[in-house]
Amino acid sequence: MNALDTRKTSAMLYLDGVHVSFDGFHAINNLSMTIAPGEMRAIIGPNGAGKTTMMDIITGKTKPDSGDVLFDGVTDLTRLDETQIAELGIGRKFQKPTVFESQTVEDNLLLALNVDHRVRTTLFWQDSKADTERIGKILETIRLTNARHRLAGNLSHGQKQWLEIGMLLAQDPKLLLVDEPVAGMTDVETHQTAELLKTINRDKTVVVVEHDMTFIRELGVRVTCLHEGSVLAEGTIDQVSANERVIEVYLGR
Amino acid sequence: MTSHFLTRSLDRSATVFLTIVAAVGVLLPLLNLLLPDTSILHVPTYLMTLFGKYVCYAVLALSIDLIWGYCGILSLGHGAFFALGGYAMGMYLMRQIGPRGVYADPVLPDFMVFLNWKSLPWYWQGFDMFWFAALMVVLVPGVLAFCFGWLAFRSRVTGVYLSIITQAMTYALLLGFFRNDFGFGGNNGLTDFKDILGFNVQAEGTRAALFTLSCLALAVSFLICRAVVGSKLGKVLIAIRDAESRTRFLGYRVESYKLFVFTLSACIAGVAGALYVPQVGIINPSEFAPGNSIEAVIWVAVGGRGTLVGAALGAVVVNYAKTLFTSGMLAPYWLFMLGALFVLVTLLLPKGIVGTWNAWRDARQVTGLTDDTHSATFEDGAVKPHMAE
Repeated sequence: MNALDTRKTSAMLYLDGVHVSFDGFHAINNLSMTIAPGEMRAIIGPNGAGKTTMMDIITGKTKPDSGDVLFDGVTDLTRLDETQIAELGIGRKFQKPTVFESQTVEDNLLLALNVDHRVRTTLFWQDSKADTERIGKILETIRLTNARHRLAGNLSHGQKQWLEIGMLLAQDPKLLLVDEPVAGMTDVETHQTAELLKTINRDKTVVVVEHDMTFIRELGVRVTCLHEGSVLAEGTIDQVSANERVIEVYLGR
Repeated sequence: MTSHFLTRSLDRSATVFLTIVAAVGVLLPLLNLLLPDTSILHVPTYLMTLFGKYVCYAVLALSIDLIWGYCGILSLGHGAFFALGGYAMGMYLMRQIGPRGVYADPVLPDFMVFLNWKSLPWYWQGFDMFWFAALMVVLVPGVLAFCFGWLAFRSRVTGVYLSIITQAMTYALLLGFFRNDFGFGGNNGLTDFKDILGFNVQAEGTRAALFTLSCLALAVSFLICRAVVGSKLGKVLIAIRDAESRTRFLGYRVESYKLFVFTLSACIAGVAGALYVPQVGIINPSEFAPGNSIEAVIWVAVGGRGTLVGAALGAVVVNYAKTLFTSGMLAPYWLFMLGALFVLVTLLLPKGIVGTWNAWRDARQVTGLTDDTHSATFEDGAVKPHMAE
């Protein structure tokens, strides 16, 4: 890997002066942000603010035109591909729940376990008691114990979202990127998801992208508002929602 | 560990399938060899050879189902690997002719003498030894698939684009093998075989043995495919088929998995071709025709992709229909019927024969339960767009 000689920053995630444009459209424009280890950060912003593109850059799906993206202070993420970044310990939950619909809930979690993912070890893989127990524990956390042998495609929308969070947990990453976890959820489910993320945040760094303000208020964490590909405001939810420029952006001028 | 690996995934349909293959593989040759021609139960040699051909097609269908049904790689050029395996076997059979050819050259096959070649080209060396030819049967398709896959999968060529370049690959080979100076008999291919391992290829006993060997190859290929799709790697393949980009974000090197399964599939197709050639007695460039590969994909679709048993069944059923219809007055319309069959299966039986049967059986089992585990199992696996945003 391409570890730098010295640790450049103490941040878990460090973005500095990142630019990306697609056919002349500046999706990300001089974006700079730091996320401390153990922090949970909420990212908000109107449609097209660059939230998902930012996730794509961190996970290696999109390469930035310029700028630094450092993970854990030592690793330059812009030079790695998706698989390498996943192996480093960055897990991602997509905006649209993407579980493996034709496989069981248990198999979805088994696939996500952070074990050796090379072809040969996977071919001769034997289920171990430890893995079964770990999957059992995750199922409890995401409240899907009873759905263990059901096909993921037959779960409700909210359950799929949780399964995907469970898959993130199985990956045991250092940093979790969670894109719109409560989209399409009922109020009860939204509340339960907030609790779930708080539990996860006890030992992992979490970045949540979300539109739902009640949910973000419930999380009670530092909020960054993006607009046109750069940071517009940062602070507590009250500070950010009182910011005049944020109001202007959200309500239109 | 390996024996456990091979047997762990035997469920009922697999057991039934293997029993039928074993029974046919033993009974048909016995009925051919032991019963007198006058008996009603006597199986004529032409019929056994015909079924031997179907069994080889079934092995090819299995290899396609492994990559298409489970990993979503639609290869429209798999006939190329089949033909390469066939050519490797054909080269061995040519070398066995020796001085019995029309021109009676002790080393050079007839077509080389005809072209005024003075010595055997380097790539024909070693094919007088069976073990070497047998190795090449697996190795040549395997290496081609590995190189092709390495380039294609690493560049993330997927979907129809991959299908198109596999077509181009088999078409390029077709054009190459048509050329006389390519050194594989050009237009006429390789034929007039005499012996295999010292036995006369025309003899009834040899034909019976080849039939039994083909059934054995079908059973072994089936067990290998079963073991692969029943392992954790099989779950990864299905994950790639259903949501490739998601699988990548879980930390799987998708291209390595595709490369593994594509190469394995090509090796199996090569074995099918090698067993096919001594039974039909000829291999020529038409085996590389793009249409052949497409036809093989139709067998899998008809039988039910992602079921293995269905692929083998589809190969036998469609080819039996082909034999029936192309020998009568309906012969000129066979291609129209094949096309219609494909359209009808796609519209009415998208899961194929075995897929529909499985769904129906599961639906009966869960009657009264709310949980409908039968649905969505293998729907549109191959053509589903990528789910990442």
